[in-house]
Amino acid sequence: MLAAVFGWYNYWVLSLLMLVGVYGMMAKRNLLKKLMGMNILQVGVILFWLTFSPKLGATIPVVDPSLGETIRAADYANPLPQALMLTAIVVSVATTGVALALLIRIHRRFGTLEEDEILQRMR
Amino acid sequence: MQTSAPVVVVAILFFAALLLPVVRRFSAAAVYPIALAAGAAAAAVSLWQASLVIRTGGPLVSWLGGWEPPWGIEFRVDHLGAIMSPLVTVVSLIVLVFARRNLGERLERRSHFFYSLYLLFTMGLVGFVQTGDLFNLYVFLEVIALTGYALVAAGEPRAPFAAFRYMILGTLAASFYLLGLAYLYGLTGSLNFVDVAARLAEHQDTRTAFVALAFLLVGFGIKAALFPLHAWLPDTYSYSPSVTVAFMAAVGTKIGAYGIFRVLYTVYEIGTHRQHLPVTEVMGILAAVAIVVGSILAIAQTDLNRMLAYSSVSQIGYVLLGFSLVNSAGITGGVLHVLNHAFMKSSLFMVTGAIVSRLGHGDLRRFGELGRQMPVAMATFTVAALSMVGLPPTAGFFSKWYLVVGAIQAGKWPYVVVILASSLLNAVYFFRVLESAYFTRRLDPTSAYEHVAAIRPLPLSVTAPLGVTAIAILLLGLGSWPLVEHVVRFIVPAGL
Repeated sequence: MLAAVFGWYNYWVLSLLMLVGVYGMMAKRNLLKKLMGMNILQVGVILFWLTFSPKLGATIPVVDPSLGETIRAADYANPLPQALMLTAIVVSVATTGVALALLIRIHRRFGTLEEDEILQRMR
Repeated sequence: MQTSAPVVVVAILFFAALLLPVVRRFSAAAVYPIALAAGAAAAAVSLWQASLVIRTGGPLVSWLGGWEPPWGIEFRVDHLGAIMSPLVTVVSLIVLVFARRNLGERLERRSHFFYSLYLLFTMGLVGFVQTGDLFNLYVFLEVIALTGYALVAAGEPRAPFAAFRYMILGTLAASFYLLGLAYLYGLTGSLNFVDVAARLAEHQDTRTAFVALAFLLVGFGIKAALFPLHAWLPDTYSYSPSVTVAFMAAVGTKIGAYGIFRVLYTVYEIGTHRQHLPVTEVMGILAAVAIVVGSILAIAQTDLNRMLAYSSVSQIGYVLLGFSLVNSAGITGGVLHVLNHAFMKSSLFMVTGAIVSRLGHGDLRRFGELGRQMPVAMATFTVAALSMVGLPPTAGFFSKWYLVVGAIQAGKWPYVVVILASSLLNAVYFFRVLESAYFTRRLDPTSAYEHVAAIRPLPLSVTAPLGVTAIAILLLGLGSWPLVEHVVRFIVPAGL
């Protein structure tokens, strides 16, 4: 039981993050909270990718001559997920930027970020 | 065959988009010609590379940075790319011509930003349909999405709110795609379409592969606005600028359909290397429901824009219904419908934009005598509407024909009924518009629109794109046999 919790703790944590994120996006009525949920979901997905990267007893992915002539993949962490997630982080920052710009315009027009009130005023 | 053409198309659009805000500092008059030239150049190169694919019969590949495929990012234009890439660039060019006089006063002042975003949006779409790398696909998906939100938000005051809702669902879709891709990468250790497909063979029936497939399909399902994931679409289409919606309705949701095709048939190789999965059954049922519900909701609308938006929900159902049949005729019908619907919908939305710009409203009950006032626009609308209903010489008939044949071959008679019944529903809501425009007099002389006694004639920059799309709809119909014979036949995976 404990092993299932602590042995897989990263999966528990990031599943929780994703669920919190999706809950925030779907259930919260405040647009800024929806945006926060969106960011939490993105972080969850990014962390999930990053769990593919490390290996037990491996070093950073720069070829180290002291590890011997032949290069063994097991000696180095997998750099690809990190490189990909760097891109994904940039995308998520850009999305947040666009979202905040939209929120500013919505707030200027409707004077609120509560979804229900905005829907009422749109009628 | 190795060539740099796929990269060139993307590069032209990308650099032109960056150039526009700079050009504006020196000459405001030069902005539009440069945007138009970039659009035309991209269309020319992508048409040329499509002809190259058809002549050589094989995919065009370019390895970015010279890295070989499993390691580097690959642009790969196969027969499906040879249809999608020119489709995107040509429709983009047509709508760009339409945009000249239809941006509206407020956007016209910042037209350099609008055109810049428009070209970036086109670039994202072109890159999306040309790349051979699953992560690169995600990046282009987000380029499309981010520029798309901005293009939507440029519309009327309610548009930013619609754009924000679209963004929440769009980001959820992209996150699901990325999550599914994480499983797939964890399973195969690769990101290249072809390489992943080959490595997936040994993990055929693992639970991980199913979970990945589910996330990928739900992600693209939201992007495609597959019922019941379509909630973002109607508001987005009704509030965004007419230029945005004419282009976005044509190719925006097709991106999701393209993604679903790639996942099902290029990566998972369903039907050829893999057993039928229940996932296609589910998709087929959802698509059938989408066709019926979308049509019924469209009938309930009185605003032309909203009617067309719900009709889009219904039409994407045809495409995905075709893909869910897992047989040759079904896939042929789906691919043809992607092509046909792009021209029909951009045409219909451009007409709507023109009508709204002249009448000041899109209420289809008050279109009396519009047929005489705007002959070219309404004639185009008629051609596109007949094609949506599926009358023989027009393009819409042929895609529906293949879909019906595919459904019969798959033994799915309920789908045959759905496709035929939905043609009737399409007829109901389109003929209502035609009746209003051609056969009713302007009834209430007291109404505000009575003072528009003589509607100003449409400029050539509006009528020309309309004419081109109308002709394209007829040509796609008449030319559907050679198109299937020379291109679409090769899109269907061998063995189906």
